[in-house]
Amino acid sequence: MADSSGEMNSRRRFLVLATSVAGGIAGVAVATPFVLSMMPSERAKAAGAPVEVDISKLEPGMLLMVEWRGKVVWVLKRTQEMLENLKKIESQLADPNSEKKQQPAYAQNATRSIKPEILVVEGVCTHLGCSPVFRKDIAPADLGADWLGGFFCPCHGSKFDLAGRVYRSVPAPTNLVVPPHTYLSENRLLIGSESKESV
Amino acid sequence: MSKQENSMMEWIDKRFPMTATWRAHLSEYYAPKNFNFWYYFGSLAMLVLVNQLITGIFLTMSYKPDASLAFASVEYVMRDVNFGWLIRYMHSTGASMFFVVVYLHMFRGMMYGSYRKPRELLWLIGMAIFFVLMSLAFTGYILPWGQMSYWGAQVIVSMFGAIPFIGETLSNWILGDFMLSDAALNRFFAYHVVTLPLLIIVLVFVHIIALHEVGSNNPDGIEIKSNKDPKTGIPVDGIPFHPYYSVKDIFGVVAFLIVFSGIIFFAPEMGGYFLEYNNFIPANTLQTPDHIAPVWYFTPYYSMLRAVTVNFLWIDAKLWGVILMAAAVIIFCFLPWLDRSPVKSIRYKGPIFKFALTLFVISFLVLGWLGTKAPTPLYTLLAQIFTVIYFAFFVLMPWYSKIDKTKPEPKRVTK
Repeated sequence: MADSSGEMNSRRRFLVLATSVAGGIAGVAVATPFVLSMMPSERAKAAGAPVEVDISKLEPGMLLMVEWRGKVVWVLKRTQEMLENLKKIESQLADPNSEKKQQPAYAQNATRSIKPEILVVEGVCTHLGCSPVFRKDIAPADLGADWLGGFFCPCHGSKFDLAGRVYRSVPAPTNLVVPPHTYLSENRLLIGSESKESV
Repeated sequence: MSKQENSMMEWIDKRFPMTATWRAHLSEYYAPKNFNFWYYFGSLAMLVLVNQLITGIFLTMSYKPDASLAFASVEYVMRDVNFGWLIRYMHSTGASMFFVVVYLHMFRGMMYGSYRKPRELLWLIGMAIFFVLMSLAFTGYILPWGQMSYWGAQVIVSMFGAIPFIGETLSNWILGDFMLSDAALNRFFAYHVVTLPLLIIVLVFVHIIALHEVGSNNPDGIEIKSNKDPKTGIPVDGIPFHPYYSVKDIFGVVAFLIVFSGIIFFAPEMGGYFLEYNNFIPANTLQTPDHIAPVWYFTPYYSMLRAVTVNFLWIDAKLWGVILMAAAVIIFCFLPWLDRSPVKSIRYKGPIFKFALTLFVISFLVLGWLGTKAPTPLYTLLAQIFTVIYFAFFVLMPWYSKIDKTKPEPKRVTK
């Protein structure tokens, strides 16, 4: 496009510039629908209704796995001993008081739950999205003598306690996410919504 | 050539530069006469690329890019399609062998300073091929939709989520959903069979054009073009690529195919390193396998990803891991400007460079080994140490390559 004689009069320069700008704008305009077509579709947005869970058969110390929006949500009924142990390890945790917004306001307490014994938390490691393993055994050989039960991520070694709070010096930066949830009755738990209306 | 063939070639040459192209790139492309074993891997990489393209087309005929059908369609290829097992093993073994030959090809460049002036751009085009190759491997590994496909993709896509501010939108855009699902599988299939193969073919073509412009380096790291026969204008240390190196490369191809066939027929899974056992289990979105690790060729970088466990500055450990992993790959691009040695080849470089390169290779291998293991405090510490060594090789190069005691380069290539 360059003028070989070295002389480029202003009219030609203007036309080259105008054509380039117009072409560039057209290029961006044409690319837009293609780029946006890759965002989640309307069908994907419509999916993800709340899930209702019956927890009447959940024994203390037992973990229930529920699928919500393609993610695993854990419902753990903690024993009295487990709840007492939560305080003992606070010094090893990165965010023991749940100050970072990883939970709704009603779960920002010592047990990170509505009912003290029932923990409802997304089983998705806040590091890179693996699902940690429930390890309620006390002081196993691979996790060390001061392990009082919790969740261990096999992918990159992140550790969480039985309230989903992250340990210090592990790759995961934050506590596990507590999804919005509510109790429709004593034993009917609704995950994914905070309103009491049944689904 | 007979008269008829001659006139036929003339007819073509007037319409397409067939003879001129043949001469410029084969029969009159002069390559240094002292190529050794390390110069097989470029042509072998092209051989593997062709293998991947052809076997890939045939796999596409039976594979279904649908989260509910993908796993079963791969098993269908393995059990019911005539020779499907062979075609799939050729493709899966080809993927690993692609990395074997490319890593050796890159190591050759590092030994003989093939990235140095005037081959900087050639090196960068090669790095672009390496990035596309990694993307191809990643997208391809997702397609069987087994446990490792699913959780491996989960980890890689979550890395984009670590980018501040735009992370979440970006990962939704990549996935086409709010989680890893059918939408992602479908588009990764499109990348794997259309976008990336086209890109890699174009880049390989450009790589060769750039190579033939600057001419091949050689184990002595001296320019054969600076010593030309005054009468013919041909480098005195050059020999035509065809027939000399085409025949040499055929020997390399035969040796390679013996190894390649051995793996395909006797150890296609390679003890879980080429095809991981967990990937023979269909993807389960609710449960991560007890131990996940990427395929061997990504393990050095995977080790670095999880080596960072402390927050530093205002960036948290998670993002540092991602940054470090990306930097570990990208840093190769800077080699042409990091190396300040007066000589190119390891043959004339001093003890410091030899020591540094050895240490680098060791750290690459150790990190690779660690990446296949479950993390323990000791392994994490080792990964941290070797990550530092890995980066030190590059970052300190401008200094140690300068003060290193080099030997004088010869005027002519040696044996």
